[in-house]
Amino acid sequence: MTVVTAPARLASLPPGHYGLLGALRSEWTKLRSVRSTVWSLAATIVAVIGIGILASAATAARWRSGHFEDRLFFDPTSVSLTGYFVGQLALGVLGVLTISAEYGTGAIRSTFAAIPHRPLVLAAKAILFGTVALVVAEVVSFAAFFIGQALLSGSAPTATLSQPGVVRAVAGGGLYLTVLGLLALGIGSIVRHTAGAITTFVALLLILPLVIAAFPASIGHPIGKYLPLVIGNSMTATTPRGAHADFLPGFAPWTGFGLLCAYAAAALLAGAVIMVRRDP
Amino acid sequence: MIEARGLTKRYGSTVAVDGLSFDVCPGRVTGFLGPNGSGKSTTMRMVMGLDRPDAGKVTVNGRPYHDLPWPLREVGGLLESKAMHPGRSARNHLWAMAQTHGIARPRVDEVLELVGLAAVAGRRAGKFSLGMAQRLGIAAALLGDPAVLLFDEPVNGLDPEGILWVRTLLKRLASEGRSVFVSSHLMSEMALTADHLIVIGRGRLIADEPVTSFVASSSRHSVRVKTPDPERLRRALEEAGARVDDDRPDGTFTVTGLTAADIGDLAAELGVALHELAPQAGSLEDAFMELTRDSVEFRAEDAVEVQP
Repeated sequence: MTVVTAPARLASLPPGHYGLLGALRSEWTKLRSVRSTVWSLAATIVAVIGIGILASAATAARWRSGHFEDRLFFDPTSVSLTGYFVGQLALGVLGVLTISAEYGTGAIRSTFAAIPHRPLVLAAKAILFGTVALVVAEVVSFAAFFIGQALLSGSAPTATLSQPGVVRAVAGGGLYLTVLGLLALGIGSIVRHTAGAITTFVALLLILPLVIAAFPASIGHPIGKYLPLVIGNSMTATTPRGAHADFLPGFAPWTGFGLLCAYAAAALLAGAVIMVRRDP
Repeated sequence: MIEARGLTKRYGSTVAVDGLSFDVCPGRVTGFLGPNGSGKSTTMRMVMGLDRPDAGKVTVNGRPYHDLPWPLREVGGLLESKAMHPGRSARNHLWAMAQTHGIARPRVDEVLELVGLAAVAGRRAGKFSLGMAQRLGIAAALLGDPAVLLFDEPVNGLDPEGILWVRTLLKRLASEGRSVFVSSHLMSEMALTADHLIVIGRGRLIADEPVTSFVASSSRHSVRVKTPDPERLRRALEEAGARVDDDRPDGTFTVTGLTAADIGDLAAELGVALHELAPQAGSLEDAFMELTRDSVEFRAEDAVEVQP
């Protein structure tokens, strides 16, 4: 027999209206209630710390047989932070998924029905994802640095936080990953399809540098400075060269960071405009 | 209360909804009927502020959806069965919605209980059958205890017991004074559930009237007649302004435009014997088919023409 109970009535409408606080709470529930969050954060942690361990251990083992030039420009901080190169992909994917998964599954309609002022949704996602990303990225960045220096010590020169530029490089690595993740969120809100957004993100991050590095230096170097990857490299280095700037020179660390913030802001802004204009 | 005025939506050169105006009033189930592709879902998405109309406007309780201070407390919508992340549990899906409106946690369990999903509340929504997903969508619509409810094809994927449950629920919600707007492409379903009908075809309004008068006004009330002297009776009926169809060699035919009583009287005057005089009740389905005959977007006979 079908029993239909009447839904109980709720109290009368509360004063005011929906807002950022409720949106943040909702986004927090959403972020921690899907597996992709756990997986991509775990991948970020494993990549940054794990690859940092591999790079530091390999450098320590081969230090005595290294080239003079490599030793002269050696940047132990940058070596221990090598893992950001892969960690940025994992965190970027989470940034994309934070919005694209909702479009892909249709969940965005439930979201927009609850919060018709759509830019508020994107703002809540950016604040929440940004906070989670910042905490994770800073923790892994410092962890990779300390583990890396421990592995290098005894075999090769090491860095300490008190040396010039080291705190900036280690903390900068976390900031770089965070803002890059926000850029990915912005790309996700523009493209709206997971596969397309991740492809765009990877193309910007990894493929474009390869293309530009193939040009003659007179053309490639001035353009290359603007690439996120090159900005990341200079942010995580304590010397102008760092450990991985073999192909393209970059802006000064904070200049590059400002530029990266501008990219992320522009992508999020464009995403917000598209969100309002296009039907979900 | 939903009020649509001149609502229009285009996709490229196709006009999905074309100057649609209607009201959905409290205290009754308003059926929204039309063939597949006639613009029902698009209309409902415009009510919910998801699709932006190209012209016209629609308000809920006197305000556009975007201006509602607590939209889920005023409007609940089941727009499609899968408006949820497959990796998220039913409870977390509803909880995330509830948090945007400061709705307390017990309410989430209450609506899950109401739709019969309490036992699977912790299971990921992607593992749900279509019927279970529909129930979760209905739970989401009821979450904010809204006075206006929209259900787009709510019985899709439900088993007979589920269909009966939805019917009873819709009537119950209307009896509590809520405005219930429910779409279907099945006339028979609406006949059992709706009090009032809004019928559209190709995005245009075809009918907006109570279910009873819809059937009475638009179906052909015909009478089947059998007589040993069909020639004389036919001539007399046609002279009286009736239409005679479906002539058969055994003297049976169908009369439209006169009541059974008129036909009986006429036969008596002529002295013609009647072996059968049977009024044919027009079904709601017939009425619907007749009305939308010209406005069906995709018709089988156009596409399928197999030469032997």
